[in-house]
Amino acid sequence: MILDSKSPSGQLAEKWTSHKFNVKLVNPANKRKYEIIVVGTGLAGASAAASLAELGYKVKAFCFQDSPRRAHSIAAQGGINAAKNYQNDGDSVFRLFYDTIKGGDYRSREANVFRLAQVSVNIIDQCVAQGVPFAREYGGLLANRSFGGAQVSRTFYARGQTGQQLLLGAYSALSRQVANGKVKLYPRTEMLDVVTIDGKAHGIVTRNLITGAIESHSAHAVLLCTGGYGNVFFLSTNAMGSNVTAAWRAHKKGAYFANPCYTQIHPTCIPVSGDHQSKLTLMSESLRNDGRVWVPKTIEIAEKLRKREIKPQDIPDEDRDYYLENKYPSFGNLVPRDVASRNAKYVCDEGRGVNETGEAVFLDFRDAILRDGEDTVRSKYGNLFDMYQQITGENPYKTPMKIYPAVHYTMGGLWVDYNLMTTIPGLYALGEANFSDHGANRLGASALMQGLADGYFVIPYTVGDYLATQPYDKPAEDHPAFKKAESEVKERIERLLSIKGEKSVDYYHKKLGKVMWNYCGMARSADGLAKAKTMIRELKEEFWRNVRVLGAGEELNQSLEKANRVADFLELGELMIDDALNRKESCGGHFREEYQTPEGEALRDDENYAYVAAWEYKGEGQEEKLHKEELVFENVKLTQRSYK
Amino acid sequence: MSWVTKTLNSTLGQKLLMALTGFFLILFLVVHLAGNLQLLIPDNGESFNLYAHNMAINNFIRSVSIINFGLILLHVVYSVILTKHNKKARPVGYAETDASTNSTWASRNMGILGTLILIFLLVHLRGFWYRLKFGSPDKVLLGDTEVDNAFIIVVEAFKNPIYVGFYVISMVFLAFHLSHGFASAFQTLGINHKKYTPLIQKVGLGFAILIPTLFAMIPIVMYIQSL
Amino acid sequence: MNLTLKVWRQKNASDKGGFREYKVKDISADMSFLEMLDVLNEELLEKGEDPVHFDHDCREGICGMCSLHINGKPHGPSQTTTCQLHMRSFKDGQTITIEPFRAKAFPVVKDLVVDRGAFDRIIQSGGYVSVNTGGVPDANEIPIPKVLADEAFDAATCIGCGACVAACKNASAMLFVSAKISQLSLLPQGRVERKERAEKMIAQMDKEGFGACTNTGACSAECPKEIKLSNIARMNREYFKASVTTENV
Repeated sequence: MILDSKSPSGQLAEKWTSHKFNVKLVNPANKRKYEIIVVGTGLAGASAAASLAELGYKVKAFCFQDSPRRAHSIAAQGGINAAKNYQNDGDSVFRLFYDTIKGGDYRSREANVFRLAQVSVNIIDQCVAQGVPFAREYGGLLANRSFGGAQVSRTFYARGQTGQQLLLGAYSALSRQVANGKVKLYPRTEMLDVVTIDGKAHGIVTRNLITGAIESHSAHAVLLCTGGYGNVFFLSTNAMGSNVTAAWRAHKKGAYFANPCYTQIHPTCIPVSGDHQSKLTLMSESLRNDGRVWVPKTIEIAEKLRKREIKPQDIPDEDRDYYLENKYPSFGNLVPRDVASRNAKYVCDEGRGVNETGEAVFLDFRDAILRDGEDTVRSKYGNLFDMYQQITGENPYKTPMKIYPAVHYTMGGLWVDYNLMTTIPGLYALGEANFSDHGANRLGASALMQGLADGYFVIPYTVGDYLATQPYDKPAEDHPAFKKAESEVKERIERLLSIKGEKSVDYYHKKLGKVMWNYCGMARSADGLAKAKTMIRELKEEFWRNVRVLGAGEELNQSLEKANRVADFLELGELMIDDALNRKESCGGHFREEYQTPEGEALRDDENYAYVAAWEYKGEGQEEKLHKEELVFENVKLTQRSYK
Repeated sequence: MSWVTKTLNSTLGQKLLMALTGFFLILFLVVHLAGNLQLLIPDNGESFNLYAHNMAINNFIRSVSIINFGLILLHVVYSVILTKHNKKARPVGYAETDASTNSTWASRNMGILGTLILIFLLVHLRGFWYRLKFGSPDKVLLGDTEVDNAFIIVVEAFKNPIYVGFYVISMVFLAFHLSHGFASAFQTLGINHKKYTPLIQKVGLGFAILIPTLFAMIPIVMYIQSL
Repeated sequence: MNLTLKVWRQKNASDKGGFREYKVKDISADMSFLEMLDVLNEELLEKGEDPVHFDHDCREGICGMCSLHINGKPHGPSQTTTCQLHMRSFKDGQTITIEPFRAKAFPVVKDLVVDRGAFDRIIQSGGYVSVNTGGVPDANEIPIPKVLADEAFDAATCIGCGACVAACKNASAMLFVSAKISQLSLLPQGRVERKERAEKMIAQMDKEGFGACTNTGACSAECPKEIKLSNIARMNREYFKASVTTENV
């Protein structure tokens, strides 16, 4: 199969406009005859479900949480980018497009990214109309800030809770459609398989998490808005429930999985404090605007710190290494996420880490407090400082914060074309679940933008193009394909319950996470990856032989839910390693130690790797097949990033 | 008028009734206190008896007092309805609660305080109002009109230290009831403002201390005088 | 530290349920409360006992999924969510009582898991601005005074965890409902439907079986997002004004 991105021809700026004109339309009176399943109710899912219902389609929306409002989009702190140019500082749709392509290390599709920048302005309008309380200036107009090292102020924000406010906006739009009877909501319901009939997606099989009932839902199209797979690392900033299951089952049913190795590691997270740790908490990147990153100059001082023989605030400046400022004089502490993360790893690998685990660096506000006063710092970062103190028990006004990188976002995901359709006709992937817009690295404040762009402004147009060609009748839910999928799901659950082994699901999840973090994390090498592949295979084999899941399938059973998800992570982990092995270059969130510049920066190979790696599942135990979508750059010149 | 019943039957409407009747009862307390303080004027009960007589014959006052009884009844009935509703909202209770850290004792026990005040009210009415209205009180000549000697009934009653004690304790209950009820009524009516709410709370607290204290003074002073 | 846990166990909605006592050992002060429960569950699993079920997801204090009534207070001793509560708030040897949130409108599903669907239904009854996607004015077309925007934001930070209901002696949901009504009635976008919204949301709230407000202030004192009591006063105003002035007879 040749991957056709379906990117429209013509001028970059005209592509989306002409595409919107060229797509087929569904007559308003006929929309109610089509049923669409939306899995996941985060920014992408809730906005898509609401918008499609407003158009007149019948929508079923599913989430595993107890309410759609809990989806993990809610945890995004920083903000949302939009090319509004309200600040008159030289922003434009083209600049946002350019920054996103460049930030993604030239591994994303031009047409998609340009469309994203175009609709970004509509998102802000839409959210404001819904009553999202964005930050405002005293004159009553919207405020912006510069974010993640961008040279313009284009980020809209709602204190440190932008994701929450945007999600509640989308959730309210969704709730309105539930009240109108256009959306039927299925909370605490997890999708466990996609059902295809004649090669087209026609529904899903779900498990009711309360009763354990396995049910089929038939539809004309299925939208997966199920987020990213960062939890393959066990420790990440993702929610405990975030998982790859929906995307992975779709992959096994024929949807290609693109660029799985592109993982974003966020530099400012609260470090791991011990083995009990269940998740990592992000501290907003905005902290790097005023905080200075450092470690001691010598291993000896670092050791004293780890033994708590000296206090960080007592270390004089001449013994401190402000390594980002020294190495990157022009960007300093504001270098992109991957650069900041990798350098933290380097200094810790040298033995200069500052906490008991040796995996932490300081983020120091001493100078900001001296310069601007504690009150100013408090007004900017008060809630983040409180959060830090709550978690660590340390007061960041008095002693420097400790931070360390953690897995935060996955740029890879299901391969989709310009219409957001996967390689299975009728199956779409939106938001973090797809691979399309961020290339090898995502810019700060762009995840919210992409989720909402896909849901509010892309899918309402593109889904019609497919549905217009489909008959009104949909397959019945007792169609053999549904029955078969149901029995497969049931078999798998029974198998998990019948192993009755010795180790808990978390045991395997933690082990998998360690392998992934050590060999497929911030830095990767051919040797390490090869080793990891064997380890994961062994782990997977052991899991299916020795995992212990108690209870029954016909009840609320949280261990069973976890087991189902971890089983998929074990398979995904292997594919990530294959992808990382295949990509013999360094780009964005994928850093291969063999491919770096003499200064230790990522070294791309545009000649051989300017393509999307889309993987096709070939069956249990088989190597997956690589398909390449060559990336064509007509509007930007590929350059090496430099933050010196 | 279905919208009226709909509004008043909602939890908010029922609370509104509690607040409005509460406000009226607060006003009543002030008026009642003003009258009763005349018991302490050293004129052998003349001003008090005159006041009691005028209260009894003035048609306006009489209709207001009927309304007053009605509103007390409404305040009681709705508190019962709301309490039952609120109990139903949590059929299974907690094994452990630590509410003292999040709210005042009075605010959580308005029902108990109200019940105690109601008992007091019944005893109070039986002791004075009933005897004046349905008993055969002594008469006294006031100028050239013969009026009921209400003063002597009060004097007799407050010779009993147990009775005095009951009155004083009941006023403590009233004080606690008011300490929450006063400001709470404003909140229910939707009056909450950065500038004025702290003032309302202070006034409410002052009111809750002052009015019951003055009420309690009457039996105490009269008991001391009787010794 | 070593602790004794008194945990509510209930097989399902129809089971009567009761407390079970467990001991946990070597708990680090740096653990979050939920991580301490993870430790307990690992031990139970090893012994072949059914793990304790509890709701949680983001574990960073924003999704509102975690609940638990800990030692007599929703989300435990500090004014935060249970996932942000850390074991340094407890002492070695302490007994900790863990119960589900209790309210008729929040029926227990299993162990410590409750069903808070009532909150969703209240939002569905009117907690939105009726705009469709597209066709909206430019975001800067309607200036909103910063003070109003900030006040709306304060109300909008509600995470829908239900601690207000759990803390209230009447299991009242007024703080939750008033937060949404406040947010939308403060903003020009929400004002268009403010009357209908107040009437519908309060009708739904009553229908769900929540109690009435007695202004104890416990809800606000326990709210992890510090939603203010003044929102309830605003809701009362909105509702009474709506009742008197709408044409819905």
